[in-house]
Amino acid sequence: MSERPSALDERVERSSAPVVEMRGIEKGFSGTPVLKGVDFTLARGEVHALAGGNGAGKSTLMKILQGVHRKDAGAIRIGGREVDFSSTADAEAAGVGMVFQEFSLVPTLSVARNIFLNHEPRRFRMIDDKAMVRRAGEILQGMGVDLDPPAEVQTLPTGYWQLTEIAKALALDAKVLIMDEPTASLTKTESEALFELIGRLKAQGVGIVYVSHRMEEVYRICDRITVLRDGGVVLNDAVADLSPEQIVAAIVGREVDALEWVERPAATEDTTPLLEVRNLTAANGVTDMSFTLHGGEILGLAGLMGSGRTELAKLIFGIDRPTSGEILLRGEPAGITNPRIAIAKGIALVPEDRRVQGLVLDHSVRDNLLLPLLPGLNRGPLVDDRRGDGLAAQLIERLQIKLASAKRPVRLLSGGNQQKVVIAKWLGRDPDVLILDEPTAGVDIGTKSEIIQRIRELADSGKAVIVISSELAELLAVSDRVLVLRNGTVTDDLDRRDIDDEESLQLAIQGVHS
Amino acid sequence: MSQTLAPPPPAGAPGGGSRLRGIDWRSYAIYIGFAVVFLLFAIFLADDGFLSGTNLLNIFRQTAIISVMAVAMTFVISAAQIDLSVGSVAGLSSVCAALAIAATGSALFGVLAGLAVGLVVGIVNGSLVTFLGMPSFLVTLAVLGIAFGLAQLITKSSPIPILNAKFNAIFGGGNLGPIPGLLLWTVVAVAIGWVVLNKTRFGRRVLATGGNRVAAEYTGVNTRRITFTVMLVSSVVAAIAGMLYAGRLESGRYQWGTGDELSVIAAVILGGTSLFGGAGSVIGALFGSLLIGLINNGLILAGFDNSQQQIIRGLIIIVAVALAPRK
Repeated sequence: MSERPSALDERVERSSAPVVEMRGIEKGFSGTPVLKGVDFTLARGEVHALAGGNGAGKSTLMKILQGVHRKDAGAIRIGGREVDFSSTADAEAAGVGMVFQEFSLVPTLSVARNIFLNHEPRRFRMIDDKAMVRRAGEILQGMGVDLDPPAEVQTLPTGYWQLTEIAKALALDAKVLIMDEPTASLTKTESEALFELIGRLKAQGVGIVYVSHRMEEVYRICDRITVLRDGGVVLNDAVADLSPEQIVAAIVGREVDALEWVERPAATEDTTPLLEVRNLTAANGVTDMSFTLHGGEILGLAGLMGSGRTELAKLIFGIDRPTSGEILLRGEPAGITNPRIAIAKGIALVPEDRRVQGLVLDHSVRDNLLLPLLPGLNRGPLVDDRRGDGLAAQLIERLQIKLASAKRPVRLLSGGNQQKVVIAKWLGRDPDVLILDEPTAGVDIGTKSEIIQRIRELADSGKAVIVISSELAELLAVSDRVLVLRNGTVTDDLDRRDIDDEESLQLAIQGVHS
Repeated sequence: MSQTLAPPPPAGAPGGGSRLRGIDWRSYAIYIGFAVVFLLFAIFLADDGFLSGTNLLNIFRQTAIISVMAVAMTFVISAAQIDLSVGSVAGLSSVCAALAIAATGSALFGVLAGLAVGLVVGIVNGSLVTFLGMPSFLVTLAVLGIAFGLAQLITKSSPIPILNAKFNAIFGGGNLGPIPGLLLWTVVAVAIGWVVLNKTRFGRRVLATGGNRVAAEYTGVNTRRITFTVMLVSSVVAAIAGMLYAGRLESGRYQWGTGDELSVIAAVILGGTSLFGGAGSVIGALFGSLLIGLINNGLILAGFDNSQQQIIRGLIIIVAVALAPRK
């Protein structure tokens, strides 16, 4: 090659070989095969979506690439060179960077310190803070990110945490970046910034593996997609040549129409609403909200983060208390001052963050399912364990929760199955009003369609359901009515039939009216 | 049963581990440790009378008071709290009971005075932790000092003899046939503790509160009431323990129970209760307490002096905790 290599080409080897080439990868755990000969190729400057249901093998494949697990068989080449990682440090040294879903930052340290954690530039054997801040600044500038290297991470919005993570990987000269559901905790604007950055990295020749359940993002930024199912590749093609239906069908293994809107008979307007909220105002940001909800109705709440969606749910469920306004249940003041009263009155909340608010992760699936049912489970002063086991088994069956044993910790289940446990524990109480806050976040498409189906069944049986979701396609698929919230108040109360498409709802959320 | 939890699988292991890995030997570590230490002593200290009935009963008798407090502490630690004040609450209860008996001549008033100490301290601890949101570590550390100082102050540092035979017989001094009364107290405390933790709604809610307070609250558990109750029960049980000291030693003295909080917490943690809450074992705590007593006894029989005993005891505890289940 005659031309002088640019600074970038020093980082990313100039060769026609793919950045990552995995051939015939096999991996099993205690006799159970998880990967059965998987091929995966990532070209320079390619954004490659990796999709698949829970247990399809995507995280195992990525963990092999990161050096967390060792493959049983197959070959891995990075930039044409055969590698066999025995630790994450090996993988890092070879240029594989990981952007963690659960952030791996130290919140009390500065951005610069986090970027160079464990690789601090030194001078006279001491950490060279000045050089660190300068180099962190260079990296962030190269990313086109306006972030102050000496700022403490915990003072920044979550979106910047992710950017810091990416900078951290780039500081190690990553040629491959693995991003696992990177937008899961980002706001719309933050996601946009991330996509822009991905475009930039791509232009610099970095290969990106993009693990996501969000079809819209796959189409937006990915060049190719590989879909895994049951430990094998079932689809590998250019995204542009595929329809969303084809991708979803490959993931689920059958044709699904989960995200298709099913029009349901309208709730009778003349009866007393099951739930009515009047001029509700609270310190958590909810301002003068009013709406009604009838039995048999599914009400979608749309809005940005901080628009008052989650805050409203917390007020109805008694976690927070209103400063003024009223909540009526079946026409009577509900008098809810804590979750126990709300539960006793037939309200249930599937909270936004299942790991923090929904589950006792170290406890068994059974114990988690039975926790809200304890009041009805006594035999004398004791808990009737036999009846409890039976109830738990019924709920597991009803929601088709996949698990090895109900006595093992819920922490061991996949995200989708964990979410089903949270939903199941409330279904056991047969609530009249069920509020679901982001019920399908981090859940694979198969489970997502199951959850949507369950929601419809509940409404069909006369329950009132409130669904909060940032995924508009899903919201439109399941809702009979959509409330648009902005700055803590209801800006639109729309009949589903009057919403043409996602765009018009998006405009309403953003407050742009045509 | 939620008595013990499986240890986390090794990093990255899949959900469906092998059968063998499913059997969680670490939660039996306390029983294995107990058996091993017992066997070693039985072999090497046979000639020193380790296995004699009197010696074994002695071990029980000496550990009984720690065991009783350890049962209540299992609930406190399972709920992700800690109570450092138990030892000095026991001391304060012993002197208040002794003073009440000296003043009235009635065993009943002695018991009421002792229990009142437990109730008052428990309400103080519980209120500061639940309503003011202060960390239980700091609250009970402060109360440890206050209770100790109070006991010393009201007795002017001197022991108060208890001449009431009935009180002394019920609390620790007496026997029921061949069975020492203290052994009975232990058995009753452990039995109640086991049933309540494993078989009642309260027990489940204690574990849920300790496992994830936010999720428990979102599921309708009154986590404040749970926290308040475990702090209250711990103090009341510590007060009973103080009366056991008083009955056994036929006097109330501010030094009774001094330093017991460390033995009690060690017994509970050795027994497999998670220091982070959410998992607790009452039977384990009993064996933890017995193990500590066993080690003390064996080391004395083996002729180690006090300083040597301290060092060896510390080493054995480190080994035992290294083997015990952890998060």
